[in-house]
Amino acid sequence: MSAPLLQTSGLTIRFGGVTAVDRVDFTLKESELRCLIGPNGAGKSTFFKLLTGQLRPTEGHVHLRGQDISGARPHEIARQGVGIKTQVPNVFNAMTVQENLWIAARHKHTPNFATELTEQILTDLRLTAIAGKEVGQLAHGQRQWVEIGTVLAGEPELILLDEPAAGMTHEEVERTADLIQEINKTRALIVVEHDMQFIKMIAKTVTVLHQGAVLIEDDVARVLEDARVRDVYLGKGLAA
Amino acid sequence: MQLLNGMTGALIGSAIAAVGILTAPLYVDLFQIMQLTVFAAMAVLALSLGFIWGYGGILCFGQTSFFGLGAYTYAVAAINFADSTPAILLAILIPVIFAALLGYFMIYGGISDVYLGVITLTVSLILFNLVNSTAGDFYKIGDARLGGFNGMPGVPTFNLPGNPGYILTPEQAWMVTGIALIVVYLGLRLLIASSFGRIIIAIRENETRAALLGYDPRIYKLITFMIGGAIAGFAGALYVNWGAFVSPTIFALGLSAQIIIWVIIGGRGTLIGPIIGCLLLQWLVTEIGAQQAFDANFVLGAILIVFVLLVPKGIAPTLRDMVMSRFAERGDAPPDVSVKVKT
Repeated sequence: MSAPLLQTSGLTIRFGGVTAVDRVDFTLKESELRCLIGPNGAGKSTFFKLLTGQLRPTEGHVHLRGQDISGARPHEIARQGVGIKTQVPNVFNAMTVQENLWIAARHKHTPNFATELTEQILTDLRLTAIAGKEVGQLAHGQRQWVEIGTVLAGEPELILLDEPAAGMTHEEVERTADLIQEINKTRALIVVEHDMQFIKMIAKTVTVLHQGAVLIEDDVARVLEDARVRDVYLGKGLAA
Repeated sequence: MQLLNGMTGALIGSAIAAVGILTAPLYVDLFQIMQLTVFAAMAVLALSLGFIWGYGGILCFGQTSFFGLGAYTYAVAAINFADSTPAILLAILIPVIFAALLGYFMIYGGISDVYLGVITLTVSLILFNLVNSTAGDFYKIGDARLGGFNGMPGVPTFNLPGNPGYILTPEQAWMVTGIALIVVYLGLRLLIASSFGRIIIAIRENETRAALLGYDPRIYKLITFMIGGAIAGFAGALYVNWGAFVSPTIFALGLSAQIIIWVIIGGRGTLIGPIIGCLLLQWLVTEIGAQQAFDANFVLGAILIVFVLLVPKGIAPTLRDMVMSRFAERGDAPPDVSVKVKT
């Protein structure tokens, strides 16, 4: 049996006395789409930072297709095929939309092919009209799309999206949901989101984080009905 | 497309400048030719910082370290070999090696930007004190006496490559220095337009994003730093060729600060800016020195303050923005960039 795409075992990080991620065992199969939810401060973004090498775990391991990548540097993990859209968009502000995507595509490809791939993604994401604009001057929702485009241009096999729908209009949220399902035809994704409508649109399996630990992991309908999940979201007692 | 047009513009501008440089001895007297030669040598130095700071995002406060090392290497090698060609090559090579070592420890050691500035400044001061204390017969490399604070006089100037007997005249040395400036400028323009150039700009913009796309920011920064060292070392050789003399003041704080002022005033994030800033301020300082009405440092400080407050982008980017907005007014680009809502 081959190793799962992504597996964490006892993954833990402490900042002083705070345990932000607490012994998380998480497994993602090839081409799976997983949603990761949890209240503010549950450790979702920190978990992503551990997966991408932006933070080094205090304890535990991350395995990508059986290979131990815990403690590796971000660029090394990116080269293994992990792409991430961060919560606060990380983009190249003084560069144009086209250049942002081109830089991402250039890592694997020749300059000419990178230009072709960039054009393709600009068309797919309907960004052609703003391709020549500097990213620093765009609205938040557009910057989100640019960053998603940048991630796609890097052609990762596992894509992590941290709040991809934040700051988007209703129409844009629906487009994002469609896009995620389109991407999922060929690649695995983990999506962190607060918007429950959005989660319902895309989710199959949902993992709930609470205070750094996994609270529950199950089918989306059952997770959303679970009393403990309501408790942690609304505060204990209120949902009782 | 825009890149291509920019490059065409740079080529046309460079061609015009080259014609100006080559014909200058016909209508400018020897004293002014000598002035222009040192200005051009310093402009090469300004380009080195303009590149690593403006494009690589590395604020090196001690760019004179590489400039001075290049100058001393050239002097020592030219005296020993009695031929300037290998001396010029060594004046590039030694600073590159030094930049590689220094840069490796700073960049791979994860030193933050501010401390990188402090360390490079300190290194230039260490070199200043080191060379300053090499007076006496004991300190010599081959036939070359380092001379401590007195410096090294009578350094052989450039000769024709392969013909050490043919020493260039001051007019020819000016042409070499002027053309060298253009070559360095165009070389950097090409580098910036290349994939490597795009990537270092991306790293300047957002190091985290670049790393998350698989680029190792450290190696790109190190190479950028080394290229800056190479150009500064080359400028050092050009400088010694101008005066046939080098002394420890080449490492001193004053020059380190001046290079930064040239880049700020000329405009960071452009290559023409540092050249403009350097030529303009050197000309001004020379004029003030001739008048003796004001202290040059006082004027330089005042100009810096005025620019930081009123023209923070520097001359070249400000002029470019003005031209761009003029184009926009003529209707070539829509001036209205307000958000359009479509349902």
